[in-house]
Amino acid sequence: MANILAVKHLSIDFKTYAGEVHAIRDVSFNLKKGETLAIVGESGSGKSVTVRSIMGLLAGNAQIKGGSIKYHDEELLQKSVAEMNALRGSDISMIFQDPMTSLDPTMPIGKQVAEPLLIHEKMNKEEAMKRAQSVLELVGIPNAKARMKDYPHQFSGGQRQRIVIAIAIVDYPQILIADEPTTALDVTVQAQIIDLMKELQRKIETSIIFITHDLGVVAGIADRVAVMYAGKIIEYGLVDEIFYQPKHPYTWGLLNSMPTLDTAGRLEAIPGTPPDLLDPPKGDAFAARNPYALQIDVEQEPPFFQVSKTHFAATWLLHPDAPTVVPPTAVRAMMAKYPKGQVQQKVGMIDGQE
Amino acid sequence: MDKNKKVLVSVKHLKQYFSPGKKSEVKAIDDVSFEIYEGETFGLVGESGSGKSTTGRSIIRLYNPTDGEILFDGRDISKIKNHSREMKAFRKEIQMIFQDPYASLNPRMKVKDIIAEGLHVHHLVQNDAECDARVNELLELVGLNKDHATRYPHEFSGGQRQRIGIARALAVKPKFIIADEPISALDVSIQAQVVNLMKEIQEQQNLTYLFIAHDLSMVKYISDRIAVMHNGKIMELASADAIYNRPLHAYTQSLLSAVPLPDPKIERQRRRIAYDSAIEADNEGRQLREVADEHYVYATEVELVSYQAALAAMTQPSA
Repeated sequence: MANILAVKHLSIDFKTYAGEVHAIRDVSFNLKKGETLAIVGESGSGKSVTVRSIMGLLAGNAQIKGGSIKYHDEELLQKSVAEMNALRGSDISMIFQDPMTSLDPTMPIGKQVAEPLLIHEKMNKEEAMKRAQSVLELVGIPNAKARMKDYPHQFSGGQRQRIVIAIAIVDYPQILIADEPTTALDVTVQAQIIDLMKELQRKIETSIIFITHDLGVVAGIADRVAVMYAGKIIEYGLVDEIFYQPKHPYTWGLLNSMPTLDTAGRLEAIPGTPPDLLDPPKGDAFAARNPYALQIDVEQEPPFFQVSKTHFAATWLLHPDAPTVVPPTAVRAMMAKYPKGQVQQKVGMIDGQE
Repeated sequence: MDKNKKVLVSVKHLKQYFSPGKKSEVKAIDDVSFEIYEGETFGLVGESGSGKSTTGRSIIRLYNPTDGEILFDGRDISKIKNHSREMKAFRKEIQMIFQDPYASLNPRMKVKDIIAEGLHVHHLVQNDAECDARVNELLELVGLNKDHATRYPHEFSGGQRQRIGIARALAVKPKFIIADEPISALDVSIQAQVVNLMKEIQEQQNLTYLFIAHDLSMVKYISDRIAVMHNGKIMELASADAIYNRPLHAYTQSLLSAVPLPDPKIERQRRRIAYDSAIEADNEGRQLREVADEHYVYATEVELVSYQAALAAMTQPSA
């Protein structure tokens, strides 16, 4: 399937009083048409910075040190502000984390949803309002026609997030970026929003980049998963490969530290805290917290090793000379659910070109 | 849980209304009763607006309850006056850990002053040396060290700040701790660290917890018994195991069906159950009724019988 977006060797620093923070360090990934790519990682791992760079929404102290972001054949990093403005909200749009602060409190919601159409499509007001209404109905705002004149404070958190989604999809974007869209919501509302996004994807064939730290949500929505740690992608593959055949010890740690409904005894926490990106460690950034770390991990950064056509992990444990290690219990239990070779692959997702 | 256990907290017909009598009246808690045994972790789950945080705040008397009784260690604390000597004594017994580790620590105070504030208020230390020793002991207990004592909150990560919040709560040697969403602001890998710490300290000091959260898998993991709240009422109350494996009330089933699990195969087969609270609107005299031993459901007498039948059907195959 064709790549709609290709990020290659992206590196971004932030200038701060304390020095340069190396927030993104050589990140590459592709997004295919119609798929959902989940980017998982802790706060500070660089997942939000990565997607904000795609949108051209980086803070003023950010410096792009190298790399490229290609949307179809266009280089986004070379575009002027006016050119990016033309893309944002029409071709590429974003759902922000906090539904309480990402709406304009002084503008009726109908107008807010119609705004991208008035600006990008030069639609007349009547037509735009009509489309806005149908999109509000699509995202499940009851009595949409009457409520278009209401202001954000007259809606609940879940409804506001639906309105934010309506704004993002009203111009049928090719790429929809969702930055923790459900973190602020209750589980029941979260489940509704996720179902809604899946349905919308079927209807308008959007590609979705979904950022979250909740592995449960990832399991439900993603076709492929990229795991980020300390400004780098450290493992990526199909969702089943990441959950049933994870290779990187950090991915193991994440899967292991979440209680499932049948966890008993102690939780297996990942010890310590993430490294300081002002001065990233020399070797594998996870080495200091990694019980499986080898000597080489502190000396040299691991390259990506290929596990399958679609699955790559940057850990020295995959090197032919590495000792065999036994993954943590919870991960072994997941692996046992799917013996090798049984990993389900979505048809059309398989191509070895990364 | 066996019935010989000592009841530490007993909430009886608690009502907490905001703006009572006015048009804007909100019945945040509407006739809630439950008991918490000494040494257990009692989980309180529900959506936002269900009244779970209000329940915690009413128990620690951050609000004045509208009606009902709260017995702590046998004493009714629902009517003791603010700023009274009784209130001060009560607040030493019961402490709170807050949700937001960024907002709940005074940014202008050093860590040692934050932790020591309770020690001074309750005259638990005689001099500075004793105070410093106690603060260092507490820092070590929560996995920090004495070098951290002279720093300010902004120098710490979210997980570390939550540890400071835990140390502050433990300083006055309380019997009972209310933890209101203590881990929901933290990263997954750090959540496990904090939960493990809370469990360890509970075992060492025989603490009793009221653990309020919306993350159901974490609540299941840490709690002995769980109450599920909705619209200011308890819908179901049972052991953690029974709530998860034998949920009876439609709301509990709906809530459980929405919990995302880190397993793609299960997620692909997930079918959510919607809950329509309109079925409660018939005013048929619903209250919490005991369906089986220590398993309570909000039901009418008629529904009680059908719940008992449903429970019997659930337990049959394993018997």
